[in-house]
Amino acid sequence: MKTFYWLVKREFWEHKGGFFWAPVIAGIVFLVLNGMGIILGEILGREHWGGLKFGSDVHFQNNMSVQDLQNAGAGIDIMLYAVAAIILGITAIVVFFYCLGALYDDRRDRSILFWKSLPLSDTSTVLSKLASAAIVAPVIALVVGVIVGLAMMILLAIAASMHGVSVWSLLIEAHPIRVVLHLIALIPLYAIWALPTLGWLLLCSAWSKSKPFLWAIALPVGSGVIVSWFGLMGLADLSSNWYWKNVVGRMLGGLVPGGWAGNSTMTVFPGHNDPVALLDSLDLAFHYSAMGSPSLWIGAAAGAVMIAGAIWFRRWRDES
Amino acid sequence: MTAVVTATGLSKRYKSSQALDGATFQIGSGRIVGLIGPNGAGKTTALKAILGLTTFEGELNVLGLDPRKDRDKLMEQVCFIADVAVLPRWIRVKDAVDFVANTHPRFNRAKCDAFLARTKLQPQQKVKQLSKGMIVQLHLALVMSIDARLLVLDEPTLGLDILYRKQFYQSLLEDYFDEDKTILVTTHQVEEIEHILTDLMFIRDGKIVLDTDMDSLGERFAEVLVGAEFAHAARELKPLDERQVFGKSIFLFDNVSRPELERLGEVRRPSIGDLFVATMKGTYA
Repeated sequence: MKTFYWLVKREFWEHKGGFFWAPVIAGIVFLVLNGMGIILGEILGREHWGGLKFGSDVHFQNNMSVQDLQNAGAGIDIMLYAVAAIILGITAIVVFFYCLGALYDDRRDRSILFWKSLPLSDTSTVLSKLASAAIVAPVIALVVGVIVGLAMMILLAIAASMHGVSVWSLLIEAHPIRVVLHLIALIPLYAIWALPTLGWLLLCSAWSKSKPFLWAIALPVGSGVIVSWFGLMGLADLSSNWYWKNVVGRMLGGLVPGGWAGNSTMTVFPGHNDPVALLDSLDLAFHYSAMGSPSLWIGAAAGAVMIAGAIWFRRWRDES
Repeated sequence: MTAVVTATGLSKRYKSSQALDGATFQIGSGRIVGLIGPNGAGKTTALKAILGLTTFEGELNVLGLDPRKDRDKLMEQVCFIADVAVLPRWIRVKDAVDFVANTHPRFNRAKCDAFLARTKLQPQQKVKQLSKGMIVQLHLALVMSIDARLLVLDEPTLGLDILYRKQFYQSLLEDYFDEDKTILVTTHQVEEIEHILTDLMFIRDGKIVLDTDMDSLGERFAEVLVGAEFAHAARELKPLDERQVFGKSIFLFDNVSRPELERLGEVRRPSIGDLFVATMKGTYA
């Protein structure tokens, strides 16, 4: 266990730029762009319309009803989720390339010979890289994402208070900690859903002699093209859409945040203009209902097989 | 002597070539063994087999374990330096020490810190900021702090200047080697390790063509400086090799009695380099 901790730590040392700084910088850029947008809006608004006015449906009054407060809180929570999803999207790109290099870069620069001179099993090496990709990187992204979301709220509150509208009291209605916990509770689902993609990328990384990126993209896409072609020819009873979505898509797109939503079932149906209900409809039960779909488990099993393959190649790939 | 490595009929075929061809040898505990051979003779493949980095045919026993099956366990007892360029370039000196200290059960941190204190290495430096010589100092400090029973060195001083090369072998001898440890080293710079070896193996075309300890090497092989008048008589004794120096001939003999040779001229112990050249004649032809 201690060895595994250090193996994961090693991955973090090596990829601090991608795992930590990439989401942080993306978050800062996000905040700066929004800040610039707000300032631009202020200036343009002042020049052309004589100051920003809030629409009639926005009523930040001191005498808001409980219902209104709850809606405001839910609205802020939704924004936190959205910002976290954006940051996780950035991390997903980082993780995609991380996996492609994870078992390849050290073979290319021969530092694998140093790692292999230590009593580390190839299984724990590969699994430590999987854990970094599936758990460590997403957790960092989500925490950074929620912090960025909170900063975004403060930014908006400052902008609103410059117009004499005090929304600070509304911030108390948000539930940032619940959002973080909720998001972290989704990480196991995210990891299981991403398993075929992670497995495929790690397999390419462990197996390819050169250019793992090209192989990782070319093989699924090429097979998809062939399937489509046979489909067009009417030679085989294959639905190419099904193949692109369930095979190519799962092999390459599993890291997209919320990719499982198509396999989940809603239990609460939200109406319009009802953020509380919308939030409730996207609760953990909704997300985890994807666990009932065979597609998720077949993909996860395929991912596990590919990871086993990656371990085998890691052990026996002989460069000479 | 207890054998650390026992190889019987070691064979390995790559697509285009036979890297190992039934190599059979034994390495005893407390020895420093040089495995010397021309490029492509199978040195690295033999080392990889011992380290469990490649598949092979034949029997191989390293410290009582089969490197194919028990590699993870084996690596607690075996260390290796592949060559100077293999430390990951992104790692910091202190992180490298931390990592090995926490993943290797036989690592002695105090020892490592003491070795590093003798160098100019700074804890915060990354490997990519270090010169080749400093990288090897770091690698050596890490490896020498591990209480391993077998240390495998594959061209460990390649590309280093002479100061670092001398220091490398000197540290190994003074601060690391003892009767419980075994060192297996391959290099092309034979003259550098000549005086530290206890045993010598020549490998050619995947076969061990010479396997001897250094004491019997001196008894078995002899180099004789022969004047022109005895040159013919010397050739009668079937020398391994003949070369000309200042109008005289130098003959290299294998297993010819001393008194007989002494009649021909001045007898001395051949250098490993000369013995190597004579043994490997025609390798690249």
